[in-house]
Amino acid sequence: MIVGKSVKRVDAFDKVTGRALYTDDMADKSALIAKIVHSTVAHGYVKSVDISEAEKVEGVVKIVTCFDVPKFKFPTAGHPWSTDPHHQDVSDRLLLTEHVRFYGDDVVAIVAENEIAATQAARLVKVEYEELPFVLDPLESMKDGAPQLFEDYPNNILNHTGYEDGNYEEAIKDPGLIKIEGWYETPIVQHCHIENHICYAKEEAGKIVVVSSTQIPHIVRRVIGQALGIPWGRVRVIKPYIGGGFGNKQDALYEPLCAYLSTQVGGRLVKLDVSREETFVSNRVRHPIKFHLTTYAREDGTFVARRMEGFSNQGAYTSHGHGIVAKGATGFRQLYQSELATKADVYTVFTNCPVAGAMRGYGIPQAMFALESHIEDCAKALGLDPMAIRTKNMMPVGFVDGFSKNENYFDSLNQVIEKGKKYIDWDRKFAEYQNQTGPIRRGVGMAIFWYNTAVWPISLESCSCRMVLNQDGSIQLQLGETEIGQGADTVFSQMAAETLGIGMDKVHIISTQDTDLTPYGTGAYASRQTYIGGFAIKQTALILKDKILEYAHYLCRMPKFDLDIIDGNVVHLTTKRTLISLEELATTALYSLERSEHITAESTYQCKSNAFSLGCAFAEVEVDIPLCKVKLLNLINVHDCGQLINPQLAEAQVHGGMSMAIGFGLSEQLLLDPKTGRPLNNNLLDYKLSTTMDHPHLEAQFVENFEPTSAYGTKALGEPPAVPGAPAIRNAVLNATGVAINKLPLNPHNLFARFKEEGLL
Amino acid sequence: MQTQLVKCTINGKHTETVVDVRASLTDMLRNDYRLTSVKKGCEVGECGACNVLIDGECFNSCIYLAVWADGKNIRTLEGLLGENGELSDIQQAFIDEAAVQCGFCTPGFIMSAIEILESGKLYTRDELRKLLSGHLCRCTGYENILNAVEKTMKRRLGIEV
Repeated sequence: MIVGKSVKRVDAFDKVTGRALYTDDMADKSALIAKIVHSTVAHGYVKSVDISEAEKVEGVVKIVTCFDVPKFKFPTAGHPWSTDPHHQDVSDRLLLTEHVRFYGDDVVAIVAENEIAATQAARLVKVEYEELPFVLDPLESMKDGAPQLFEDYPNNILNHTGYEDGNYEEAIKDPGLIKIEGWYETPIVQHCHIENHICYAKEEAGKIVVVSSTQIPHIVRRVIGQALGIPWGRVRVIKPYIGGGFGNKQDALYEPLCAYLSTQVGGRLVKLDVSREETFVSNRVRHPIKFHLTTYAREDGTFVARRMEGFSNQGAYTSHGHGIVAKGATGFRQLYQSELATKADVYTVFTNCPVAGAMRGYGIPQAMFALESHIEDCAKALGLDPMAIRTKNMMPVGFVDGFSKNENYFDSLNQVIEKGKKYIDWDRKFAEYQNQTGPIRRGVGMAIFWYNTAVWPISLESCSCRMVLNQDGSIQLQLGETEIGQGADTVFSQMAAETLGIGMDKVHIISTQDTDLTPYGTGAYASRQTYIGGFAIKQTALILKDKILEYAHYLCRMPKFDLDIIDGNVVHLTTKRTLISLEELATTALYSLERSEHITAESTYQCKSNAFSLGCAFAEVEVDIPLCKVKLLNLINVHDCGQLINPQLAEAQVHGGMSMAIGFGLSEQLLLDPKTGRPLNNNLLDYKLSTTMDHPHLEAQFVENFEPTSAYGTKALGEPPAVPGAPAIRNAVLNATGVAINKLPLNPHNLFARFKEEGLL
Repeated sequence: MQTQLVKCTINGKHTETVVDVRASLTDMLRNDYRLTSVKKGCEVGECGACNVLIDGECFNSCIYLAVWADGKNIRTLEGLLGENGELSDIQQAFIDEAAVQCGFCTPGFIMSAIEILESGKLYTRDELRKLLSGHLCRCTGYENILNAVEKTMKRRLGIEV
């Protein structure tokens, strides 16, 4: 068994020796350097651009303004393309824009011989704006008379969806119900992968070749084609190792612009390397969302009717758009059950903020912060145990979602809660921490969460895989699915080795995706790859194995159905004899003068299932009330993501998500000046990312219920670890102080305001 | 453009090159010597990805001018492999402890670990947290990085892990 073992990462050696090459490491030194001049107003029209001074800088090769670029509007979201126009992503971007919609929008691009010339020229470009009023808050933006970002979207509403199970208005008339309601709010946060987005482009063999730090090379190829108005086959995208993505690089970022710039300088090599400051503002951010949740419950804690209203701040362009808050509404509907009715209305609203896109968890960290804070508030209002109110109302075993057909096969939620309670010593501490006095108080809190795996049935789920047998009995393994740090290449190799009956050392995965060479796959997002890739790997491995055994039958004359591959040898099952090694078979097959065959397999698997991935977090905090400071003492995440393919890497994945949740809960927020819309802390000094000093020990545990719909029993683990930490911390602060803080992050600024309101200060 | 000759020792080898006086040591190491383990994450000394050892001490090479490196002994991740290509103990520990994910912060972390290990001191876990706090990592939550450094430190000091 190789699946289920903590084998070492296949890319670890290269990464600890500096051999692993990332985009910038591969760019030739001859590359021209591109720099972007960004908007310095939050909303307005570019009246004129004066490039006369900039052009005089020695080394400047080309300056392209918003007036020069082609007018092909394109979408940027890293979604599979839909052939149905009604389901296509919104095309609202241009390479550079005259109508700037946020501080940091793209107006002019400089191409120069070196970075200094490009930077100097960028500073000398004079842009004259006709300034327009701007709006940063989604609720303000929806009001009549608010500044409009797009003609086609009245009241700036990109989309509104909703559902009603039962009759909500009737349900709340049920006698004896207690109403609990609250507003919950999350800030702008950014992915902060340590490698900024970078790409370079050149023309070669009649094509535009783009090397990019992206999670989604095949999708980026399509978007470049759309943006430049050229056939998609004329675009070749190559993805080397990338320094993290977390969803930011699940968008076409500057690849289309970089490709275009190359075409404007005769196809020469152009590199576009964005700064950290630009990454914060001019890439993508997590949607800030305001939720209003209402629950009508009986005295015994039964939820009778529940309501969600959500207002998601899209920022200035659509990117991933409404999918984020819509997913939150699905989580709200499914994680808990209502006796009579559940109703939701969620809006995604344009504002003049940085563009929100995909970020690890895709709306669920925001929705679960709101929901799990609200559940705690319900327990408090009803005088019930917060654990009891959860177990009473949460998704039962056997629950089937009518739309996705997802089934909750196991009692995962109770199982993960049991593990979390035990680790944190819940029963003792929760009671002990009630009703404390004094300046320093401790508390425990918890949160459960809902997640699913991949994107079916919202959109296409498919994956293609190629395996090529080498003379030594090893294989090349290729998928369109990408390694972005999560360990995908390692678990893919384990799966291939497992099904083929060969050792890990016999699987050579090709980490790089090259759209000219790599079979189609949509890439790293939606916690999909281990689940979806698994189907394609298993299916392709079985095809390859069948061909190998067919050849073994030809060579050894034993029936194919009585043969298997075990430890790299073809074994006759009845006699348990090794008939031939894979090495000998492969060499013979390739060079045979009688029957030469290059044994390869390639197949596509379209997946039409999805799987719940559930879990919880438990936190213990110490709150210094006069200092308004939260110290995190303990944090555990427990996940049921099915069978672990590689337990050590799974644990590491959970640590990283927990770290992101700690930042989301306690310190991270990108601030915009309300007077100008200008970002105030778009750097890693003033934006408070968690450091080694901000973490306690991170405990990751699992419940392993073999997922029945999955090729290897697995389901989502990429994003879920980032989900439950923040509400668990918030609930721990509530337990410690009696104060509910409904606005993230729980930093001294927000704590001070609330402690003051509640009379603690 | 004003230039200057910089003579220094890099990973045990005497080298010299002419640099733009405005160039950072990161630029020189990456562009002139193709030492691409020296990563650029912020270029203003916030993230630690470009960390190298200069005369045994860690510096963010992005905010260290290339011309200051004249006469100095510089070590990067590429210099850690043994004569026959064998991994150093700390590199092996990063592999064994699953302390590597995207790998972009890894070179910087390992070079800080070298400074810690070569001090010959035994640090507590909390002290290690402080010593490594100049590095940002978004993938690992630092947990396994701390494990790798702590275990290697203890092994070098003959303490059972």
